[in-house]
Amino acid sequence: MRRETLFNFTLAGGLLGLAIVAWFVDEPFVITLLTKVFIFAIAGTGLNLALGNGGLVSLGHAAFFGIGGYAMAILASHAQSFEPMVIGPLTFDGTKSMPVIWLVAILASAFAALLIGLLSLRTSGVYFIMITLAFAQMIYYFAISWPAYGGEDGISIYVRNNFPGLNTLDPIQFFGLIALLLVIVLWLSSTLVRSRFGVALDATRQNAQRVTSVGLSPFTIRLIAFVISGAITGLAGALYADLNRFVSPSMLSWQVSGEIMVFVILGGVARLFGPLAGAALFIGMEHYLGGISEFWQFWLGLLLLIVVLWGRGGLLGVVAGERRHG
Amino acid sequence: MTLALFLEQLLNGLQFGVMLFLMAAGLTLVFGVMGLINLAHGSLYMVGAFACAAVATATGSFWLGLIASLVAAAIAGVVVEMTVLRRLYARNHLDQVLATFALILVFSEGTRWLFGSFPLYLTIPPILSGSISLPGDVEYPAYRLAIILVGLAVAAGLFWLISATRLGVRIRAGESDREMIGALGVDIGKLYTLVFALGAALAGLAGALVGAIQSVQVGMGEPVLILAFVVIVIGGIGSIKGALIGAVLVGLTDTLGRTLLPSLFGLFLEPASASSTGSALASMSIYVLMAAVLFFRPGGLFGELSR
Repeated sequence: MRRETLFNFTLAGGLLGLAIVAWFVDEPFVITLLTKVFIFAIAGTGLNLALGNGGLVSLGHAAFFGIGGYAMAILASHAQSFEPMVIGPLTFDGTKSMPVIWLVAILASAFAALLIGLLSLRTSGVYFIMITLAFAQMIYYFAISWPAYGGEDGISIYVRNNFPGLNTLDPIQFFGLIALLLVIVLWLSSTLVRSRFGVALDATRQNAQRVTSVGLSPFTIRLIAFVISGAITGLAGALYADLNRFVSPSMLSWQVSGEIMVFVILGGVARLFGPLAGAALFIGMEHYLGGISEFWQFWLGLLLLIVVLWGRGGLLGVVAGERRHG
Repeated sequence: MTLALFLEQLLNGLQFGVMLFLMAAGLTLVFGVMGLINLAHGSLYMVGAFACAAVATATGSFWLGLIASLVAAAIAGVVVEMTVLRRLYARNHLDQVLATFALILVFSEGTRWLFGSFPLYLTIPPILSGSISLPGDVEYPAYRLAIILVGLAVAAGLFWLISATRLGVRIRAGESDREMIGALGVDIGKLYTLVFALGAALAGLAGALVGAIQSVQVGMGEPVLILAFVVIVIGGIGSIKGALIGAVLVGLTDTLGRTLLPSLFGLFLEPASASSTGSALASMSIYVLMAAVLFFRPGGLFGELSR
């Protein structure tokens, strides 16, 4: 068995085992922490597709994360106040059903990614980093000054949304649901990377000119990857909003984009389990250091620096060596 | 809106733009010469503001504080460059973003550790505390006018430095071909440290100058950092001229947008929704400006498309 596969199994098994142990000894806080790790792993898996496989360094994925969150909050807030939404001549009832909310979150963030991608993918390099940041900031300021849905204060949802057959307020059941979603997203991502499209995407990152010369359009390939990436991150946003039962513009802030990016780089860029490893390490450290020192971010910063300077390729790079190609 | 008010807002926009230029100049030099994306530039701005506040409180002199801000930011810059950033020049942008993101955490928490979480305040020196009458019936605070003049003087100094001195020749040479000037016997390592210290000192100066208008607190650097990035992207990365024009454009768009857009929407919307729509669009306006510039000129106004 390859060391990377072994590490992936150990990591996923370890986290799941930890959740089960926490359930037995009745530590709901640990389960909630693990749920957060898994949700950010989904968001990171989305970003990884653009950033790792596509080489598209987006510093604007908070936009999709936040749009997913707002999709959930808008639908659920209409449902909890029993006021239908009016969009032009049409009216919609809100909903508290998770599958519907997920679908709306995915579609909304995919649509946003399509628009942002169409404009941003004309640029490359640092300019791409900055233009994606600019679009995310636009949406951030729009959310702050949009009084209909809470403005700066955000929206609270009193009860977590429903999933058929589950009691989502029970931490372990909600965790199980998220874990299942993470498995589906990871499977989807690995299938996609290994498909013909994934090969084309990899080739586009390495040499766009050659891709053009065999008759493919790098722009279209990148755009599709960016849209899928945004959609997955949007789904994670809806889940995160449901975990906290709260949405505010801070979900759209550039720090969130930075954090999701840190998860990916910390775990290992373009590695399937990189985002999960990164999110687990970061959130774990955040929690652990927060317990010992009031100034835990100082130590976290130093730790991150050490990882970048001496641990190239992130956690997975250290554990399993260089990424294998092909 | 009266003409006097409009002129005042114009000056406010210019003052904001000039302050952004002080930040953006360092960023664009560091990116142009070393190819480094430095997210921690905002931390140097904060270091400058805190150094100025601490020294001004201890000695009672704002001017000593200003000198301290330059020195402290430059020293912080040199230390960071020699210990961390030097190892990142050859890395990709991702590693640079992550490492400098980590530096932000270290700087912010380190400052909180030293100075606590409460904001500090700087008082404007007495000579500059009044206001000055300008033509067009405008009363304008002397301190803000001084910031504009300092900024323009720094801009002029930088243009002279880049275009007419030996150091400027080396910086420009470093931008276009760093292996070649290394081969010609210029000590690249020393040049990089010097450029970084220069950029850091300018950021520290900006922090100290603005610290006297706003409060000095942890985390004050990051909003300005994002705006400074917008500026250098609009102007074209690596170009000092682009940074100046971009900074003034962003400063004016932001300030005038905030005052003009709400009254513009007031013409055809009811007052409450006009002011909320107007201010929403105003805070989005600079990002719209940036997206528009990149759409038509993907390399910025004065940049080359490479890199």
